[in-house]
Amino acid sequence: MTPYLGIGLAALFMGGLGVGLAAVLAAASRKLYVYEDPRIDEVEDMLPHANCGACTKPGCRPFAEALVKGELDPGLCTPNSQEMTQAIAGFLGVEAVKREKRVARLACAGGAHVAYFRAEYAGLKSCRAAALVSGGGKGCTWGCLGLGDCDIACEFDAIHMNKFGLPIVNEGKCVACDDCVDVCPKDLFEIHPVSHKLWVACKSLSAGDEAEQDCEVACTACARCVVDAPEGLIEIRNNLAIVDYTKNDLASTVAIERCPTGAIVWLDDKKAKKGTGAKKIVRMEPLPRG
Amino acid sequence: MAENAPAVELRTSPHIRNASSVDQIMRNVVYALLPVCAFAVYQFGISALALILMTTLACVLTEQMFCWFSEKPGTINDNSAVVSGMLLGLTLPPGFPLWMAAVAGFIAIALGKVIFGGIGFNVFNPALVGRAFVQAAFPVAITTWTPAFAPGRFVEFIPSTWTFPFAAPAPVADWVKQTSLVIQETSPNVDAFTGATALALQKFQQVTTDVGDMFLGFSAGSAGETSALLILVCGGYLVFRKMLDWRIPAAVLLGAFVSAGFFFLLDAEQYPDPFFVLFSGGLMLGAVFMASDMVASPVTPVGIWVYGILIGFITVIIRLFGGLSEGVMYAILFGNAASPLIEAVTQPRVYGTGRQRKAES
Amino acid sequence: MRHRFSHGVHPQQNKELTVDLPIQRVPFVGRYVLPLDQHLGAPAQATVNVGERVRRGQRIARPGGFVSTALHSPVTGKVMAIEPRRAPGGKFSPSIEIHADPFATQRLTPNPPIDWLSLTLEEFIHHIQWAGIVGLGGAAFPSHVKYSMPEGKKIEYLLINGAECEPYLTNDHRLMLERPDALLQGIAIVKRKLGAKRAIIGIETNKPGAIDTLRAQIKRIHKVDVMPLPVKYPQGAERMLIKAVFGYELPATKLPRDIGIAVNNVSSLVAIADYFGSGLPLIERIITVSGSGVTYPANLIVPIGTPLREVLRFCGGLREATKSVIMGGPMMGQPIGSLDIPIVKGTSGILAFTEKEASTTFELPCIRCGRCLAACPHFLNPSRLGRLAKARRFDEMRAYRLTDCVECGACSYACPSEIPLVQLIRTAKRESHQR
Repeated sequence: MTPYLGIGLAALFMGGLGVGLAAVLAAASRKLYVYEDPRIDEVEDMLPHANCGACTKPGCRPFAEALVKGELDPGLCTPNSQEMTQAIAGFLGVEAVKREKRVARLACAGGAHVAYFRAEYAGLKSCRAAALVSGGGKGCTWGCLGLGDCDIACEFDAIHMNKFGLPIVNEGKCVACDDCVDVCPKDLFEIHPVSHKLWVACKSLSAGDEAEQDCEVACTACARCVVDAPEGLIEIRNNLAIVDYTKNDLASTVAIERCPTGAIVWLDDKKAKKGTGAKKIVRMEPLPRG
Repeated sequence: MAENAPAVELRTSPHIRNASSVDQIMRNVVYALLPVCAFAVYQFGISALALILMTTLACVLTEQMFCWFSEKPGTINDNSAVVSGMLLGLTLPPGFPLWMAAVAGFIAIALGKVIFGGIGFNVFNPALVGRAFVQAAFPVAITTWTPAFAPGRFVEFIPSTWTFPFAAPAPVADWVKQTSLVIQETSPNVDAFTGATALALQKFQQVTTDVGDMFLGFSAGSAGETSALLILVCGGYLVFRKMLDWRIPAAVLLGAFVSAGFFFLLDAEQYPDPFFVLFSGGLMLGAVFMASDMVASPVTPVGIWVYGILIGFITVIIRLFGGLSEGVMYAILFGNAASPLIEAVTQPRVYGTGRQRKAES
Repeated sequence: MRHRFSHGVHPQQNKELTVDLPIQRVPFVGRYVLPLDQHLGAPAQATVNVGERVRRGQRIARPGGFVSTALHSPVTGKVMAIEPRRAPGGKFSPSIEIHADPFATQRLTPNPPIDWLSLTLEEFIHHIQWAGIVGLGGAAFPSHVKYSMPEGKKIEYLLINGAECEPYLTNDHRLMLERPDALLQGIAIVKRKLGAKRAIIGIETNKPGAIDTLRAQIKRIHKVDVMPLPVKYPQGAERMLIKAVFGYELPATKLPRDIGIAVNNVSSLVAIADYFGSGLPLIERIITVSGSGVTYPANLIVPIGTPLREVLRFCGGLREATKSVIMGGPMMGQPIGSLDIPIVKGTSGILAFTEKEASTTFELPCIRCGRCLAACPHFLNPSRLGRLAKARRFDEMRAYRLTDCVECGACSYACPSEIPLVQLIRTAKRESHQR
């Protein structure tokens, strides 16, 4: 019967050890317990877990904590659906401030078929690296380099490079998280409410022929839009048309009609409408380099 | 750009580059290995030739195959698979069955290299991974040694070479006995071959082989490890071309010599003398061509010495106290595994910190 | 006493293209563009208006702060515009455009020599700043800042950088050969004003002519030594030069003046001598135009602001096969995408490379050969820094002394896998800075 005794002893010892340690753990969890509002977990579950940072908090958990404390309102979470936002608001008993959908917009229309490259950039395939190499080779110093850092940075699959090397924002997927704004070395992205339909798709600070030499869709600072649009809506600053969005209600397609290059556009139903005065570009292949 | 200037490229500084490239380095390693292979063939005949060709082919084909599968650009051109294949062939016994050699080559590249992400990412020296695998899988075949300078070595294969896959290797004992007798008849001053390497003789039978013979390569062993002299000369070529870091072989040999010397001084009866340790077995080949594998060795200046001395020390420990007569392979694999750690603790001193003297004129 | 700095690389020198060519003067052209931020530090502020007529050597911009210098017109002519223009680096910088007067003689208004002996140190520093003199070795760091010492510190040694370790460039070499007297005069002025005990000229041994010429000119009383240095890149980097001459490793956290040393380029000292000798502010500089893409390589005196296109036209233009144009040396120079940009104070050369010299950029995986470690003069681990940069782990990079890197290019030069280590590190520096 000795083997059974051995087994019995071992079982007793291991079991005793287990019970003893369990007691220690139980005591520790009681002693070291930190109270946390259980609502934080529930609110966090209702958030999209994207940790995108659009709400100004570093992630969803801190945002949930701020919500429970009442510091922020649920509407700040742009990736979340309307229903979930309302659900959180209802759960916490607060009013969700209704916010208009905002999206990222690119202030450049200079794809490879309309914008010239002074030189071929050879090096790391990253806009941020290329921007430090003599500006990246594009004729227009301010224009999109087309190497797709924003495509990689976008965690919501909302940005894709088109065949001319321009990032196209899928407005349905865009949650205005600011990642593309941060990553672009040329600062071409801006977050705008979708109701801002008048849009200058250019950042070139050169004027006239000089601007057009580098890019066929550049803003040449001709000021026709300024004249056509209601007073004070658009102004030319540093050779670039700037829309004053505080007067957005006045905006209409009148402003874009006579733009010779089509740099100022009317964004309607995800399509950028150019004015009738814009020259028609039918080229579908990239311009020769050099 | 304007009309009177050609289209230019924007490249980052530095605008000039050293002429050397990865494939050039690897090509030179191949050149350096060729004499070693040639001597192996001279010593062991066409079996050694077939063996080295087989491992090289297996490695290259495996690499190419994985490039196709992963739809990556081919990495055959950098010659690194050729180097691995040749080294693998050189570490195997000359009569090693060819199908096993092919398995070893496949394992070397597949498990030793591609699985980590290809060249530059392998943790271990691929050739040694292949050899470690066959050491475990075919323990008999890999410790079956055949005599050097067999009379008919350029016309007939060692019987075990052409073994069918998964069949037991043809017994070579009879062939070895016959050959040994012939050798003894033709050149009576060569000792009768007992089917063991100098190391095994020393370890298991307390028979010491002449160090000079081993240095020049007139002893039995794996295909390419016998001539220490030739390996040193070829390694010297690589050092001269700055394609081999001389510190690694130096550190390995130093580590082995010092630790072997320590034990020899403790008890000269029981332990072999350090020169024997230095020139026997695969230590020279391992130190010069295997431990110095750039990818799996540390890059920090101090780390290189730590790594080399560690390998030399472990080799001696395995040889003297382990169950195997040979320890270089496991020592190097161990060194490879330890190299990230070694590197982490031996980061170089940053300029301007550490020991300093006051400005003077 | 001779020392060496550790590590470094030995690129092919290729100086024979221009080393025997005397310095030539480039004729005046029609249009000059002077960026206001062509030195390190705050941009200068324009003091002229559009349409104003300016004389050659007249000040057209004043320093915009302490770390900033003045700017002078390189020609007699008319200010045509003050607006952003394409500058080296690919950005548009505020610039003054001056059109030369085709009928002006372009003779300098003769100025009486400045009595530098009677100047106090403050006045001397003020003079240097308002003469627009910057370090002409490439960084264009305002020279007067180096001479302004905190209270209680004193410059003991004046170290003159004649190493010219960048391949292809020969402008400093030619300057030492052709104007040793001016160089020694500049040394004498600065040494006297700073109260330095000795001056040491460090010259790489591949310039025996310069060493001999200077040694023949130096008399005992000058208290100037010529120290031949081994040919090695980056010998001309400030900290490497200090190590090679004094055997002291200056940490990245310290400046040379903290240990009582002022480091100057030879051409900066010649500019100082010219200013105090004839009142000529920094309106022109010596550059080397070289590389296989240039029809006639040359050493040239170029008025600052001359468009690149005009300089290259003077040298016979670019060859058809030119692949890249570089401003500066081949190891640290900037690539140039437009020939419209002007020569600035920091331009030490223009190189045009054809396929023969331009490096391929086909990147292979790192094989951990350790050559970058053996090349890095700051004892960093470029391979690890590059790997971390690709993973965007900037905090870890800083722990590995990212900021110590001087971007000398030795690691990229040595890398057999063609990994753009310098570009990775430079981008990472910029990005981790922005965070």
